[in-house]
Amino acid sequence: MKAVMTRRGTRANLVVRGARVIDPAQGLDSVIDVVVEKGRITAVGKKAGKAAGLEVLDAAGCLLLPGFVDLQTHLRAPGREDEEDIASGTAAAAAGGYVAVTAMANTDPVVDTAAVLEAQLEAAEKEAAVRVTFTGSITRGLAGERLSEIWDMADAGAVAFSDDGRPVESGALLRAAFQAAQLVQRPLFLHCEDASLAAAGQMHEGTVSAALGLEGIPACAETAAVARDLEIAAYEGARVHVLHVSCAGSLAAVAAARARGAEVTCEVTPHHLVLDHQAVRSLDACTKMNPPLRSEEDRRALVAALADGGIDCIGTDHAPHAPQEKEVPFEEAPFGVIGLETAFPVLYTELVAGGDLPLEVLVRAMSTNPARVLGLTPPAVAEGAEADLCLVDISGEYAIEPERFRSRSRNTAFAGRKVKGRILLTLAGGREAFRDERFGEGGS
Amino acid sequence: MNKDLLSIDDLSREEMESILATARKDFLDLSRRDIKKVPTLRGRTIIDLFYEKSTRTSTSFELAGKRLSADVINVKADSSAVGKGESLKDTVLTLNAYAPDIIVIRHPHVGAPAFIARYTDAHVINAGDGKGGHPTQCLLDIFSLQREYGELQGLKVAIVGDILHSRVARSNIAGFRKMGMEVTLVAPPALLPRGVETLGARVSHTLDVLDDVDVVYLLRMQKERHGSTILVPSLREYIARYCVGRRHLKRGQKVLHPGPINRGVEIEAELADSGENLILQQVEAGLAVRMAIMYRIIVDAAALQDTAGARAVQAVAD
Repeated sequence: MKAVMTRRGTRANLVVRGARVIDPAQGLDSVIDVVVEKGRITAVGKKAGKAAGLEVLDAAGCLLLPGFVDLQTHLRAPGREDEEDIASGTAAAAAGGYVAVTAMANTDPVVDTAAVLEAQLEAAEKEAAVRVTFTGSITRGLAGERLSEIWDMADAGAVAFSDDGRPVESGALLRAAFQAAQLVQRPLFLHCEDASLAAAGQMHEGTVSAALGLEGIPACAETAAVARDLEIAAYEGARVHVLHVSCAGSLAAVAAARARGAEVTCEVTPHHLVLDHQAVRSLDACTKMNPPLRSEEDRRALVAALADGGIDCIGTDHAPHAPQEKEVPFEEAPFGVIGLETAFPVLYTELVAGGDLPLEVLVRAMSTNPARVLGLTPPAVAEGAEADLCLVDISGEYAIEPERFRSRSRNTAFAGRKVKGRILLTLAGGREAFRDERFGEGGS
Repeated sequence: MNKDLLSIDDLSREEMESILATARKDFLDLSRRDIKKVPTLRGRTIIDLFYEKSTRTSTSFELAGKRLSADVINVKADSSAVGKGESLKDTVLTLNAYAPDIIVIRHPHVGAPAFIARYTDAHVINAGDGKGGHPTQCLLDIFSLQREYGELQGLKVAIVGDILHSRVARSNIAGFRKMGMEVTLVAPPALLPRGVETLGARVSHTLDVLDDVDVVYLLRMQKERHGSTILVPSLREYIARYCVGRRHLKRGQKVLHPGPINRGVEIEAELADSGENLILQQVEAGLAVRMAIMYRIIVDAAALQDTAGARAVQAVAD
């Protein structure tokens, strides 16, 4: 398993003074100082880091958190560098507080051989601002007909296998993929969808699709596939991560599989936690994604499951699209929205500040838990750990301005939304990956 | 009226009544004269932008514009730059450079009229957007019903057929209800949208309910929109259960259909040829109603501007 990033830039030397430091895995939640020297955390405590030569950041009123880890990031390179590439995508990640992202395999060419994967890893070593882990595809060309080079890609460093964007329609092929992945002890990240039920659907099938006249994607297109895929996984004793669950029925299927002892993790996107299908009434193509925004009841169920552990992780499903692809009538637009730069502020504002979700649960779901799914050492605010941290200002409200994004794309569902939780600083792998321009050098 | 007519929801009942009164008073009799033209929109430019095949709606709009003396240009998707990969946005920006007064758009995708309204100063009229809506059809249907029945409050109508794929059904449910009518939808479950019960109509799966209504509104089976999944066991079985003939009708019950009709599928041939249907009256109404819409959309906007201008002048004077 490999997580690679650039080795350029100096390792961070600084003191973060007076932030509320939260690391649920360490049981840590207090206002203390954190010292980073040569990219490692050397001291955590009151009045730490008096040593000379360190930049001191006055972070009173801010949160210092373990950096975030994304399980589902579309970096678009190679193939659609006009929309995103490793450099811009990881810059966006850093700007959102992420210290690691998981690149999806649906590039052009598809990451379905060790040769393609090795080229990706090499590019990431040169370009990536934060750690990048790579998934290989489950099937060649995502065509769902024969398996990719699962064993060779695992040897080359693939963390998991996924045909994300498409389901593996053949149950027999999915079973063979579980068996292949087991030999190399990698999970499959599954996009669970019955394609025949989803058909040409454009949005959640329900009252809004009925009113608008848009073809619906019924919730059962997802729940039926989750149930089938987990049934096969349980039969094979295989490890599964269910990508972007969107409805209450999928949660029930995951819970049932876990009750039978299956090794299942799952994730939810920020937009499914915050928006529902009513948003599609605008016919704004930035409310179009797959799975679609579901009902308000589904949304509430997702929030409740995140709070009670039914859902382990937040995955952004960061899916950049060029402006001309989204500036079209709804039905002509591709599915997908970007999310790396808005995930924490949106979730903090809508769920934590609103009282629906404890902050430490959000931190676990964005950092510790996804790192475990990937087999990475979870970012920790602890002496001796490499600095994988993000500093967040929760005092002031600001409007999300897509034109300020580091991402090369602008297709966010949250343009103009007023949020709290601006990311001020991200240290990834001991290096300063992002600093907000308004957060000056030497804050004290 | 607002700047654009994008959805039947854009109009209040009063506005609908007012447009239909204009159609009745000023335009209905025009077709019966020797000289079928008035100078109302002389010097105005109307672009009819059609991205879907259409006979009745496109001829109706074209003729309506011409009888109002406007310069009318027809742009068909198959003969335009669209085939060269031009986006809808760019097509409309280009057309807008000609400073048209009205753009009439028919498009296979929901929301296309609202989408193009962002890129043109012209008044945009929705002539059908995918399965979304067809507000001018709704108005001409209401016009036809008013001519036949007078007051529509309390009138009961059954809309029968492929509701799922019908933009006409979507507009007419809203429009009919706004006029105080009671709407029942009749179709097998597979041809009704999920969530249909929230649209404000009753639902039935059999033609038995025709006994309890005043008007029957038939819809074509839109096989071209069905995709790869066959939604009914067979067309033969569908016809046996949902094709409406004279034997289903009570005395005084009239039948409407937005066309094109499929004889022997949703409507029996004998009914299609009988005086119990209002199909050709609907076509005739369509012309007068579209003339009224185009006239009013321009005149009302000008009046609004005048009022705003007068207010501005008043404000300066104050």
